[in-house]
Amino acid sequence: MADISCDFLGVKSPNPFWLASAPPTDKKVNVMRAFEAGWGGVVWKTLGSQVKNVSSRYSAINFNGQRVAGFNNIELISDRPLDINLREIEEVVREFPDRAMIISLMADNTREAWHEMVKRCEQTGAHGFELNFGCPHGMTERGMGAAVGQDPEIAGMIVEWVMEVATLPVITKLTPNVHSVVPTGRAAVNAGTNALSLINTIQSVTGIDLDTFVPNPNVGGQSVFGGYCGPAVKPIALKMLTTISKDPVTSQVPISGIGGVSTWQDAVEFMLLGSTSVQVCTAAMKYGFRIVEDLCEGLNNWMDEKGFEKITDFVGKSVPTMTEWEKLDLNFHIVANINQDKCIHCGLCHIACEDTSHQAIFKGDGMPYNTYTINEPECVGCNLCKLVCPVDNCITMEEKRVAPDYLNWVQFQEQGLPLNDH
Amino acid sequence: MIANRRLTTEQYQENFTDIHPPFDNREGAIIEANRCIMCYDAPCIKMCPTHINIPKFIKQIATDNVKGSARTIFTDNIMGASCSKVCPVEKLCEGSCVYNLLHEEPIQIARLQRYSTEKAMYNNWQLFERRPSLGKKVAVVGAGPAGLACAFYLAKEGVDVTIFEKELKGGGLMTYGIAAYKVTPEFCEDEVKYITSIGGIDIRYNQELGKDIHLKELQDNFDAVFLGIGVGVARRLDISGEDSEGVEDAISYIYNLRTNDFSTVPVGDKVVVIGLGMTAIDAATQAKRLGAKDVTIVYRRTENEKPCTDVELDIAKLDGCNMEYLAAPKEVYADNGNVKSLVCSRMKLGDADASGRRSPVETGETFEIECDMIIKAAGQTPFEGLISSYELQNSYGKVSVNSAYETNWKGVFAGGDCINGGKEVVNAAQDGKLAARSILEYMMN
Repeated sequence: MADISCDFLGVKSPNPFWLASAPPTDKKVNVMRAFEAGWGGVVWKTLGSQVKNVSSRYSAINFNGQRVAGFNNIELISDRPLDINLREIEEVVREFPDRAMIISLMADNTREAWHEMVKRCEQTGAHGFELNFGCPHGMTERGMGAAVGQDPEIAGMIVEWVMEVATLPVITKLTPNVHSVVPTGRAAVNAGTNALSLINTIQSVTGIDLDTFVPNPNVGGQSVFGGYCGPAVKPIALKMLTTISKDPVTSQVPISGIGGVSTWQDAVEFMLLGSTSVQVCTAAMKYGFRIVEDLCEGLNNWMDEKGFEKITDFVGKSVPTMTEWEKLDLNFHIVANINQDKCIHCGLCHIACEDTSHQAIFKGDGMPYNTYTINEPECVGCNLCKLVCPVDNCITMEEKRVAPDYLNWVQFQEQGLPLNDH
Repeated sequence: MIANRRLTTEQYQENFTDIHPPFDNREGAIIEANRCIMCYDAPCIKMCPTHINIPKFIKQIATDNVKGSARTIFTDNIMGASCSKVCPVEKLCEGSCVYNLLHEEPIQIARLQRYSTEKAMYNNWQLFERRPSLGKKVAVVGAGPAGLACAFYLAKEGVDVTIFEKELKGGGLMTYGIAAYKVTPEFCEDEVKYITSIGGIDIRYNQELGKDIHLKELQDNFDAVFLGIGVGVARRLDISGEDSEGVEDAISYIYNLRTNDFSTVPVGDKVVVIGLGMTAIDAATQAKRLGAKDVTIVYRRTENEKPCTDVELDIAKLDGCNMEYLAAPKEVYADNGNVKSLVCSRMKLGDADASGRRSPVETGETFEIECDMIIKAAGQTPFEGLISSYELQNSYGKVSVNSAYETNWKGVFAGGDCINGGKEVVNAAQDGKLAARSILEYMMN
C-alpha cells in the first residue's frame, strides 16, 4: 500500500484531499462530518468583515442528462459571527488533531485589519492561512476578493502585511479572472507567501430561465455574475496551474490545486502538474463527503500500480512535458486505425470527420450496418474520431512518423521547408 | 367446456392491462433519450420500414422539444403512436440498435416514441398545416393503417379525401385484430380522430366495397382511388371436422374480444392454437388471459423457424402456454358436433423451402391433443373473391401493384395487407405514405 499522506509546508494530513473554502466548511457540524468521513483537511470558509447573504445562491448547468457539470454560486464569505467561527475551529482542531485546518481570510484592506485577523485566528490552533484574493462576486465591489487578486501590487502589499505577523504557513489563493495568474502569483511569492493555491471560481452566467427570462440564480427577478466551478472548469484550472508550475518564481512554493476535482483521476492530474494537495468542493456538494473514500482508494491503487510510494514521487511529474507550440515535433505523425472487431457501426467517427474535419473516413454502405475505414493519406491525426467514438480503444492513433528526426517549427523555417500543398 | 365469465372484473382488468407501460414521467424519458448516442446513417432508421429519423426524435426528447419530436415521427409515420405499441421492434429498430453490439440493452425506441406521440395526441398538437385545397378528390377504401396513412399525407397536401370503411370504427386491424394488452379500442379511436384532425378527410363508416360501394363508381367519381382493404379471416386448414362447433378463426376471435366486454367472450377449458405468427401469439395469450385452463400452440416446424419474434414467444411462454412443435393438424374429432380433440401428424424437418426455412415433412406418426376449442391462426386469407370479381390483377388474392402502388385499374392504387398478404402496421403505414406520393404525382400530371 502506498503512503498517501501529505506534508504541505509542515502541515500534515493523512491524505492530500482538502475541502476547499466554501459552504461545506462553513461550520463545525459540517467539518466534523467531513473529518469523520475521512477528509485530510479543510480550508475553513473565509472569515472577514461582516456580510449578509442572499437567498437563491447556486445554479448549475447540466450536460446531456448529467446534473451539475458546472456550478456557480453568489454566496459571499462566512456570514456567521467571527467569535463563533473561531471557537468552532478550535474545537474541531482539538477533536481531529491529525487533520489539516487552514483558515481562509479576507479582511478589509488595511494593515491593522489584516494584522488583527491573523492574530486572532492564530489562537485557534489552526495550522495555516489561505488568503482569499479570488472571490469574484460581492466582495469585489468592496475592493476585496478578486479585486485584490487582479492587482498584483495590492496583492503583494496585503501578503506583506500578513507575513509581518503570521507565524503559521500562508497560502495565497489566486483568482482566474485575469488573463494570467502569474503576475499576481509572483507578487505574492515575492511578498513572502509560503504557498499558492488556485483557482478560485470564474465569473459566469450559467444560463437563463427561458420562461422568466431571468438568468440563474434568480434572486427576486434579478441575477448577478456567479463564481463558476465544478467539472467544467477543470481544464482551465489545470492550464493556470501549469503556468504557475512552470514559472521560475511561482514554482518555488508548494501549490494546492483547486478547480473541478471530482475523482481521484482529476486529483492525480492536478498533482502531476504540481499540486501537493488538492481541494474539492463541488463534487462534495453534489454527493456529500463520502466521495473521499474513492478519492483515497483510487489514488492508492493507482500509486501502487505505478510503483509510487509517496505522493511527492509524482507531484509535478508532467510539468516538463508541457512546452511551447514551436517546440513541438512536426515530424511526429499519427493516423487513426479502426478496430473492425470492436466497431459498433454508429458512424459518429465518419460524420465528424466528413462534416468537420478532413474527410478521412470512408463509409461503406451496409444493411443495416455500414463499415467505416480510414482513408490514411487524408488523415492528419487530429484525434477527433477517436474522441467521439463510443467504444474504448476501438479507434487508436498509430504513430507513422514523417521522418525519423525531431523537427520543430523554428528549425522548419530555418531550413526553408515547404508548407502543405493543399 | 366453452364458457364466458371465468374471471372477476379485477382479473380481466389485470390480464388485459398495457403490456408495455409508458414512461411515468419526463425524467425517465430524458434519461433514456440521453443514452442514445445519435448514430449517423443509423441502423434503426434503416430497419424502420417508414424510416423515421429516430436519433433526431430521441434527441428532441432530450432537449425537451417534444413537439418537434412528435413532428419528426409523424413526418415519416402518421401511425407512429400505434407503431410504438404494436411494432415488433425487437426485429426492427431496437433489434438493430448498436447497443446490441455492445451486449447492452438497446435504446427503448418504442417507449420513447410513445412518449412523444401520446403527448401529441392527447394535447391535440396540430403539427402540420394542411395546404390549400388542390381541388382533387381521392377515395380511400379502408380506414386501417394503410388507408389512414394515405389519407393523411394526401389531405396534408391539400387533397380532399373520402374514406369508405366497412366497420363502425376506423383503425382496421389496429382496432379489431391486435391483442388487447397492446392497444385499447379507445386508443385506436383517439388515434383516428387525431390523424383526421388535419382536415380534409371525411370517413364514411358502414360502407363495404362490393356491397355498398363499387370500384367503378369510385374510379368515375374521384380523381384517384386507394385500396387499403386488408386481408380477411384465417386460412382454412382443409381438414375433416374443421367446421365443428369450437373451431374458431383467430381474426374473428380477436375481433370479438376487441368489440365486446372481455367477460362476455367465451373460451374453452383446453384451447389449441394453430400457427406461430404474431396473430397466433395474440390468440393464445388472449385465450389464456380470458381464463382458459390450458392453451397449446401447435406449429408444424420448430422454434427456429417461427415467424413471431422471441419477445412475442416469451409472452406466450410466460403466460403458461404449452408449445407443440413439429405438429401439423390432421383431423378435428368432434362429439355431437363439438370439438373433442385435434389429431396431429408428427413432422420432421426436411429440405429448405422458398423462404429458406427447412420445410416440415410427415413422419407417418400421429398423436392427439384433447381440447374443446381450436383457434386457427396459420396465416390469413386475402379477399380473393372480391379482388377477382373486380378483375384486379392479383397473386393468390394479393393485389398486384407496380412500384408506384398502382393496380391494373387506371388511377386505382393499393397498399397494406391487401398487397402483401398480411404484414405489420408499420409496413401498411409506409405503403399508404408512398402511395399518397404516387397518387399526387398521378393527379398533378
